[in-house]
Amino acid sequence: MTDAPGERPGEAWRPAPRPDGGASSFFSQAGVRFGMIYACLFGASSLALAAFLWWSTAGLLDRQNEAAIQVDTQGLVDRLAEGGLPALIDTIEQRIAGNIDDDSVYLLVDSGLKRLAGNLDRWPTSVPADFEWTDLRIDRGGLKALARVHHEELAGGMHLLVGRDVESRVQLRGIVADAMLWAAVIAVLLGTVGAMAVRGLFRATLADISATAAAVSAGDLGRRVKVTGHSDEFDVLAETINDMLDRIARLMDGVRQVSNAIAHDLRTPITRARMRLEDAATTARSEADLRQAIERAQSDLDGIVAVFQALLRIAEIEAGSRRSAFTQVDVAPLLSDLAELYEAAAEETGQTLVARIPPHAMVFGDRDMIQQAIANLLDNAMKFSPPQGVIRLSAQAAAGAIEIVVADDGPGIPQQDRERATERFFRGESARSTPGSGLGLALVQAVAMLHGGVLRLEDNAPGLKAVVHLPAADPATGPQVPE
Amino acid sequence: MRILVVEDDKDVAGFVVKGLREAGHVVEHTANGRDGLFLAASEQFDAIVLDRMLPGGVDGLRLLETLRSQGNATPVMFLSALAQVDDRVRGLKAGGDDYMTKPFAFAELLARVEALTRRGKSEGPATKLAVGDLEMDLLSRSVKRAGQKVDLQPREFRLLEYLMRHAGQVVTRTMLLEGVWDYHFDPQTNVIDVHVSRLRQKVDKPFATPLIHTVRNAGYMLRVEAP
Repeated sequence: MTDAPGERPGEAWRPAPRPDGGASSFFSQAGVRFGMIYACLFGASSLALAAFLWWSTAGLLDRQNEAAIQVDTQGLVDRLAEGGLPALIDTIEQRIAGNIDDDSVYLLVDSGLKRLAGNLDRWPTSVPADFEWTDLRIDRGGLKALARVHHEELAGGMHLLVGRDVESRVQLRGIVADAMLWAAVIAVLLGTVGAMAVRGLFRATLADISATAAAVSAGDLGRRVKVTGHSDEFDVLAETINDMLDRIARLMDGVRQVSNAIAHDLRTPITRARMRLEDAATTARSEADLRQAIERAQSDLDGIVAVFQALLRIAEIEAGSRRSAFTQVDVAPLLSDLAELYEAAAEETGQTLVARIPPHAMVFGDRDMIQQAIANLLDNAMKFSPPQGVIRLSAQAAAGAIEIVVADDGPGIPQQDRERATERFFRGESARSTPGSGLGLALVQAVAMLHGGVLRLEDNAPGLKAVVHLPAADPATGPQVPE
Repeated sequence: MRILVVEDDKDVAGFVVKGLREAGHVVEHTANGRDGLFLAASEQFDAIVLDRMLPGGVDGLRLLETLRSQGNATPVMFLSALAQVDDRVRGLKAGGDDYMTKPFAFAELLARVEALTRRGKSEGPATKLAVGDLEMDLLSRSVKRAGQKVDLQPREFRLLEYLMRHAGQVVTRTMLLEGVWDYHFDPQTNVIDVHVSRLRQKVDKPFATPLIHTVRNAGYMLRVEAP
């Protein structure tokens, strides 16, 4: 395994150059760090395995030897009890003769430490007379060896040594030590290879994210991180990044749309005001003409200011900073007041406003914003309803939500325009001839969304039915307002 | 009335000062916060028109907070380009009595400044209001004109009460929306005009002389003689 993906032509992933350079920058690469961690863990686990093997094999041999020696000793003690000293000496000699591997050690001495039987020449000088177990260096026929011996005091002051040559254990230790050394070398090699593999994988995965981020910051907003389909953590990361990029793209679109709209929709009234003033300055014959032109230019400017204020207000609402000022609001009296305010105006134009409002409807939100949103809908309804038209304002509770409905019997909004009707500055065909900024529904939508609700535009057959769906206030758990 | 204008933009200040003087007020003007604070603290004014962003190290908020901490209760009208709801709330919390955002109509500014100065004086525990032959009893919530009872809806009563409390002053549509309905936005529809016109039907129409007058390009005014 290599880090080949990192060296793909054209999209090579390069760590950002660092001023210090050299070794420290190599070790400060995340991939290298992860590789080293991997190698360390791998080495540590290899060592632990070797240590366990050593303990279990060498320890097992020791325990087996000791058990055999004990059985052997017990047999000899029993023999002495049964047949006396000659039988014991006989048995020892038989055992020595029968020991094909030549790894047994026997020595029987009398109370004066004089040898009676066994394959050792004399009582070992290096040990005291009252031990039970010891490791003994022995010299047998010129062969130096290590033996594990057991000491038993017999009747009549005799001493019996029974032991096993454990030179093989020493050799085993050597073998295991060698094996561990080799294992360490192999572990380092494998660890290095593994570390490089981990680093390569890491780089390959990051390369795409890094390349995408670089492309996006260079202006290519359409680039997305590849999702491998393994649905692993990297995929989750890639999806999160892609979601973020989608949202950024949408916001950028919005900004572009607004600036285009400003360019178009504000240019016209500004042009109008400017031309009026210029015309008056050059052609007005009387003070009255001049005054009239100035007043009209003034109202043009007021219109522009109103559009600006509406735009800023929408932006302020969308930014969501007012959410901290949310409280429990009973929209029922709020709607009754609005109905009362608009009823008179509707009657003036021959329209009828019918309000059906429940005694209470609690939502968690901002009173002023909800007021303004519903006022915008009522303004629209009055503007687009024919004389003798009926405008209905109602509110009802619906599954954890309050729905405020403003319905009219005007021309409505055609199906294909409803999606776009809440965009800033959008004006339907039928709305072109009526005064307005095209910001009213955008504000209602912004208010609804800030409250965690939605604005739905439906067909009232005929007319438009605008439904503001707001989550009801739940005094127990608090509001479910998305961040 | 003596009015202090603290505004650093020369043109805006010029217009405001000129307009207020033409309306018959005595006006002092300074262009920075430090001088503004000095003047406001050392002299007696009936109202202060205060910009929020000012040069000189003392901005409008600081100026007002300092003034209020000295126990000075001169009515203050903020006049600022900071138009967000939070800015307005901050301005009113600091002790401002009213808040207007730029750009503004001078007629609106004048009406509101005059309303401010009136607010300080006459809003005592009055139980009766009277303008000419129009009388309002705030306790029994009844209205009489020339001794004749006038029947009003609750909202019409509050509208008339507001007009009577500001009798002789221009009252703008925005002021009515805020003062009578407590709405802080401008409806597209002429809802206020309709309500005033309904009030006129009851208060003015049956009688020989009108009391509620329309002031062109500004709003309404309640007083005995035509403006």
